[in-house]
Amino acid sequence: MKVILNSEQIEQILKDLAGRIISESPRELDIAVIGIRSRGEILAQRLSGRLTRQLGKDVPYGTLDITLYRDDLNSPQGTAQPQVRTTEIGFDVDDKIIILVDDVLYTGRSARAAMDALIDLGRPRAIKLAVLVDRVGREFPIQADYAGYKADAAPGELVQVFLSESDGKEEVVIE
Amino acid sequence: MSKRIDSFTHKRIHEIMALKRKSKQFKWQRKHLLGLRELSAEEIIYILDTAKGFEQISTRSVKKAPPLRGKVVVNLFFEDSTRTRNSFALAASRLSADVIEFTEKASSVSKGETLLDTARNLEAMGIDIVVIRHGAGGASKLLSRNINACVINAGDGFCEHPTQGLLDVYTIRKIKGTLEGLKIAIVGDIAHSRVARSDMWAMTKLGAEVIFVGPPTLMPTQLSRLPVSVSYSLDEVIEKVDVINMLRIQFERLGGNPFPSVREYSHYFGLTVERMKRAKPDIMVMHPGPINRGLEMESEVADGQNSVILEQVTNGLAVRMAVLFLVNQAAAQRH
Repeated sequence: MKVILNSEQIEQILKDLAGRIISESPRELDIAVIGIRSRGEILAQRLSGRLTRQLGKDVPYGTLDITLYRDDLNSPQGTAQPQVRTTEIGFDVDDKIIILVDDVLYTGRSARAAMDALIDLGRPRAIKLAVLVDRVGREFPIQADYAGYKADAAPGELVQVFLSESDGKEEVVIE
Repeated sequence: MSKRIDSFTHKRIHEIMALKRKSKQFKWQRKHLLGLRELSAEEIIYILDTAKGFEQISTRSVKKAPPLRGKVVVNLFFEDSTRTRNSFALAASRLSADVIEFTEKASSVSKGETLLDTARNLEAMGIDIVVIRHGAGGASKLLSRNINACVINAGDGFCEHPTQGLLDVYTIRKIKGTLEGLKIAIVGDIAHSRVARSDMWAMTKLGAEVIFVGPPTLMPTQLSRLPVSVSYSLDEVIEKVDVINMLRIQFERLGGNPFPSVREYSHYFGLTVERMKRAKPDIMVMHPGPINRGLEMESEVADGQNSVILEQVTNGLAVRMAVLFLVNQAAAQRH
């Protein structure tokens, strides 16, 4: 097991991501942050806090459950049985810049599912993808707009993100 | 690390994570839903938790999600139904399945044979899920043993109506938080009610105390074998209960004269405004529909502030989506 990010580095990445999101988003447009369950939700919440403070206007956050949009639901290769949980987005996504947040971008399949799920909720002005860790191994033509740490993990390895709210500790490891 | 996370959100995230850890151990494995008697409390709670995730599909801009895309659901109803049938059809289409409505009025052939013949025809069409309602108890079980598709019981004889039981406990859980320790009266024609049976299994498994209330002529036999207490007087129980579920008098099933007159029944077992005055202020009033207004329940009560009758219908949709989703998942992972 190798620790690739510690707690300070995670905070620094979130700070950088927030800075880049602000500098690249037109001031006149509304931004909202939506996290993919489960750890994307926590990161989205932290990002929304930073953006709200720095922009001086409310940047709401929500949570997206992508289970119903997964591409392995009816496939015998789908190993785990995913539990359907709730999507909680208390604002209108129409015409907003949606910052979609996940902890790790790997195959791109979750991001694909999340985009389909989002579009069923309305028509955002744009969807931008922000991730803490950008891991090599894409299976879909999807790239992050705002990527934190670039990890070069081997196919059998596992990149795991631990966050204090859910795991009681704050680090990213490869095992 | 952010210090701006309020304690409420913190607590919620912990709950979600606890749920996630728990659900990792649990796996839904039934490709048929035939009744609630055979389900564990854990399985029932898993369905209810899953249903929560389906509620929002009905409230957003595109009221459809793709998990049953390319699947075919057959509504095989040998008895009349509006609510259940439409609810299943809508639930299946919201999950992107194709729905076939199969109506077959009872023929002169014995019901068992008709059913299996029909089943073979359905198999030949390549369907994935059969939702069946039949006048004979055990019909869905018989079907499940003879076809490869998933089978969901939408009511069989006087035995079970599992999705009604599930939507009832879902509604109670949503409003009261838990069923643990609640006193629930199920009132009316218990003998002919599959709803009463499915409710009884689900409610008692989740920790509620169930009281069957009605005239002796409308009580089932062998009551002592069931996990319920019995009362022949609504006035005796009305003050004690947290939830009251008023069953419909099913005139189409009643033989003989189980009660002297409709008026007398209504006098002793109807939920009237007068009786409601003696009930707990937060009593939940339920009815599986369709209501005989003025008979088992006065209109003022059916439309009153304690009534959750329309919420039951709305919740039924989410519960049925969850059941369709889960049986299909179990089938997909068996291949």
